Amino acid sequence: MGDAVKHYGLLAEFDTPADTMRAAERVRDAGYTRWDVYTPFPIHGMDDAMGLKNSKVGWFSFLGGVTGYTTGMLLIWWTNAMDYGIPVGGKPMFSPMGAFPPSYELTILFGAFGALGGMLFLNRLPRWHHPLLKHRRFANVAHDKFYVCVECDDPKFSPQETRALLESAGSRHIEMVED
Amino acid sequence: MSHAPTSTAVNIQAPPAELEREPLVANQRSLGWVTDRIAGVCEGKAPLWWWCALIPSFLLFLVGVTCVAYLISTGVGVWGLNHPIAWAWDITNFVWWIGIGHAGTLISAILFLLRQKWRTAVNRAAEAMTIFAVMCAGLYPLIHVGRTWLGWWLLPIPNANGIWPQFRSPLEWDVFAVSTYFTVSLLFWYMGLVPDLAVMRDRAKTWTRKFLYGVFALGWNFSNRHWSNYEKAYLLLAGLSTPLVLSVHSIVSFDFAVSQLPGWHTTIFPPYFVAGAVFSGFGMVLTLLVPLRTICKLEDIITVRHVDLMCKVTLTTGTIVGYAYGMEFFIAYYGGNPYELEAFKYRATGTYWWAYWAMISCNVIFPQLFWFKWFRTNMFAVFVLSIIVNIGMWFERFVIIATTLAREFMPSNWGYFIPTWVDIWTYLGTMGMFMTLFLLFMRYLPMIAICEVKGVTPQADPHHPLGGAKPGGHH
Repeated sequence: MGDAVKHYGLLAEFDTPADTMRAAERVRDAGYTRWDVYTPFPIHGMDDAMGLKNSKVGWFSFLGGVTGYTTGMLLIWWTNAMDYGIPVGGKPMFSPMGAFPPSYELTILFGAFGALGGMLFLNRLPRWHHPLLKHRRFANVAHDKFYVCVECDDPKFSPQETRALLESAGSRHIEMVED
Repeated sequence: MSHAPTSTAVNIQAPPAELEREPLVANQRSLGWVTDRIAGVCEGKAPLWWWCALIPSFLLFLVGVTCVAYLISTGVGVWGLNHPIAWAWDITNFVWWIGIGHAGTLISAILFLLRQKWRTAVNRAAEAMTIFAVMCAGLYPLIHVGRTWLGWWLLPIPNANGIWPQFRSPLEWDVFAVSTYFTVSLLFWYMGLVPDLAVMRDRAKTWTRKFLYGVFALGWNFSNRHWSNYEKAYLLLAGLSTPLVLSVHSIVSFDFAVSQLPGWHTTIFPPYFVAGAVFSGFGMVLTLLVPLRTICKLEDIITVRHVDLMCKVTLTTGTIVGYAYGMEFFIAYYGGNPYELEAFKYRATGTYWWAYWAMISCNVIFPQLFWFKWFRTNMFAVFVLSIIVNIGMWFERFVIIATTLAREFMPSNWGYFIPTWVDIWTYLGTMGMFMTLFLLFMRYLPMIAICEVKGVTPQADPHHPLGGAKPGGHH
């Protein structure tokens, strides 16, 4: 690492999804932990190539859904049967059937907030700044290039060995990124 | 400012003969071309045609605003509705607009779950259409209540009267269905936009554009750890939107079906309304995208095959709607209820016969032309037929609402509805609002999902030779 400037990581550019995937498998097998792949679109199979576990977003959505359904049922029971009872034709003050449609909608509403909120939380977004976003060449990830970046904070990181690994994986353009 | 595309390739090589199949992006366009072409629609100077479309739309919207202001300040009497036809154009337009929205969710959610990859070329614009259509729809019940400023009484918010909304009423269910539908559609649309906003941010040439796209892109940096959670959330939102879209128009149909009126009190209403909603929505998607694909030179992304497939969905749902019309008549006869039978005889042969037959010809007869490939692939024919579908579905809503209310059980309860100029201009005003919003959308946001379209090209597949896979190798 340089003395004057702090470095974020080693960025390697690739031209095709298959090359990127092969490189990801090499980095995974070499035992790195603080690294990531950057692609213009999600690549099918990349999670396996990186050794990522199944995303946990589902739990947030599930929790949202349960909260929504419970909120709907309790709200309708409390407002129409307890706080201000509205007797209609001798029917029961509260019926889960009549309360179902609004509760169903609230299940979906809260479940959707759970999915989006969970995704943002797990991804630690919104984030206003990232070292890679300052990097001139990295803007091509929004166009048609693919990148693998191994962070300097990784316990296994070594400027020479990591560079050699990425070179052997087929990258023709490797750069150190400033933090 | 820092954008410097390293690849200027416009085309990629053709796939090997044995892998040849009809591609979703025509003419072997490269990833860079896809990005440039779609993002290019919202970059540079606004074209003349855009101003020529925006200015009249905006003026029409202002006329609508004036009509609504006149209505709120004077009262609902400025409309032509009366006793017994207390629901007229307002609820017709509400149901029509909200039905149009349904195609957007069908494309974005149901076709996603069914792995119909062609949806990626049209889902963004269709979702935007959903949101704007639901905004137009939501306006009508709000202004129809008369004292619009008390509209918040529909929500379970504690108020000085100490009473709560009546949750046994389908109209109250509707409040929850429509507001949830709007919110979830907006979330789904926005989440889909985040990576594309990051594309726009990285291409931005001015500070303002970089800042604004940057803020809404939330710092997206295309990381695969992010994509992993993103794709899961996208799948969940699609899974949640599917039962939602089916429930919304079912609940809208409950507004009618739960009442006791002949012609409304039928069990066929929920599926019949949902099919009609998807039908009308695809009509509107075609009306918008068929001209836009040519004007914006997007024919390689929204290909003739895409239009062909959407026409097939229109044909299918139109035929379902036709079946429902027939079944309504059969049950009216077979059910043995004289009021029900009279209601349907009145629909087809009574004072509103013209509306009924306009509906039948636009919704059942004309869409049958889509059986012929020539009609599905001729853009002018598709455009004309899509307009006919929009007109037909408006008549369907009108026929259901007006003919039933015009003939209630007793002759003293009979009437006829004639719209006033306020009815007409409010309706045209919502069209102006819809078009204004849509034109602003297609000018400032990528109207095709850039990242998703790139993801369905052969060069995006790591197991395809064009994606870099080596013959016989693992990838």
